[in-house]
Amino acid sequence: MSNESNMRRVTAIRNGTVIDHIPAGSALRVLELLNIGKGTSVPVSLVMNVPSKRMGTKDIVKVEDRELTQTELDRLALVAEGASVAIIRAYSVAEKLEITLGDEIVDVVRCTFSNCITQNPREPLAHRLRVLSKSPLHIRCHYCGRPQDLDELVQNVI
Amino acid sequence: MTGLITMADLTNEDIVEVLDAAERLLPAARGETSMPLLSGRILGNLFFEPSTRTRMSFETAMKRLGGDVVNLGDVSTSSVVKGETLFDTIQMVDGYTDIIAMRHPRQGAARYAQDAARVPILNGGDGAGHHPTQTMLDLFTIRQAHGRLDGLDVVLAGDLRYGRTVHSLSHALARFDCQIVLASPELLRMPREIVEDLRAGGASVTETTDLYGALDSADVVYMTRIQKERFADEDEYIKVAGAYKLHAKHLGEVRQDMIVMHPLPRVDEIHPSVDATRHARYFEQAFNGVVTRMALLCRLLGVDVPGGEA
Repeated sequence: MSNESNMRRVTAIRNGTVIDHIPAGSALRVLELLNIGKGTSVPVSLVMNVPSKRMGTKDIVKVEDRELTQTELDRLALVAEGASVAIIRAYSVAEKLEITLGDEIVDVVRCTFSNCITQNPREPLAHRLRVLSKSPLHIRCHYCGRPQDLDELVQNVI
Repeated sequence: MTGLITMADLTNEDIVEVLDAAERLLPAARGETSMPLLSGRILGNLFFEPSTRTRMSFETAMKRLGGDVVNLGDVSTSSVVKGETLFDTIQMVDGYTDIIAMRHPRQGAARYAQDAARVPILNGGDGAGHHPTQTMLDLFTIRQAHGRLDGLDVVLAGDLRYGRTVHSLSHALARFDCQIVLASPELLRMPREIVEDLRAGGASVTETTDLYGALDSADVVYMTRIQKERFADEDEYIKVAGAYKLHAKHLGEVRQDMIVMHPLPRVDEIHPSVDATRHARYFEQAFNGVVTRMALLCRLLGVDVPGGEA
């Protein structure tokens, strides 16, 4: 199935953000990291496990009337590294962005270890996690050195 | 200037240089000669957790080198109890001192402090994290006994889960190609990520619950206390308390030059009958805390210890 037919599974949007090439199965985590759920009033479309030439299978998320910020993209890198983002204005692609995971994740999520120094919310230094490996994803806290579990991390978004 | 937060902050060459400098400082550490290399410098001792040996040996080390020490004092009467953040405490002490030695119950506190500070931080223990200055004195003691660090058979025993001394020491031993046996009750096994790191670095690591079966082939047996204060649940502590009790009768078949070490304080994991054997090395080990911390203070303050290679 072509990319076009994948995109036609959901209607084209006039304004908003399309996140394509999300690793298959990660779309729900993407919504979680974007705080999209109960209480969200804008239309959101989601397709999962559709064919992709580049990835085999992939997920796609479309969010209408909302343009993602760089901070939000940084969050998505945890679960959707390599995904492509298109900002849509008046049915046209106005901007193309990539989601990339760097060597460090700064002030995006908090360390999950209960005895880490960063658990004190009044400590002012940045929350810093080091990315030791992208595949498999291997992340440790810069301060306490503890390995981070992705399922727990997505609950700790700042 | 960066401090010493984990053993990863020192290369093997750095470690050997510090141990060599410590050898040269032995007469001054014993008070036999005066070496005021750090005259005019001030060490800030920030111990947010109880400490006897580490705090006193830092203080002694600085004073033996002609420097001075200011202490945070009792945490219960300091600004910490008023809710001051570690960041703010460090900003203050950073302005008062040239170097800081600290211990904190939270893991990662020393790295955090280093990121907040201008002066070097010496990590004297952060929660169940690292204790690299203890590792340096442990390595000094091992080298004194065996004349080398490379390729030794070392048993680390007791509380490997919460014991920060063995976390730091195991990393260092692995880098010197030692064969490491980790002997602990199941509940107190070495954290998975540390074992993975050791193995990823090519180290030979064996995990066992049978301490006594591992004694005969060891060059070093490093005992640790099962730390009641690290258990949230006293029932869990009671299950493992007294798991190992090394007695002189267990040492009949061990290597002649095997040494028994312990970071102290001990409870009942080493019976006093071991003290009189040729293998006991824990009291010398405690003394070595002064001389190795002298060497580390000099290094981190950029002061050469005379007598080394030019």
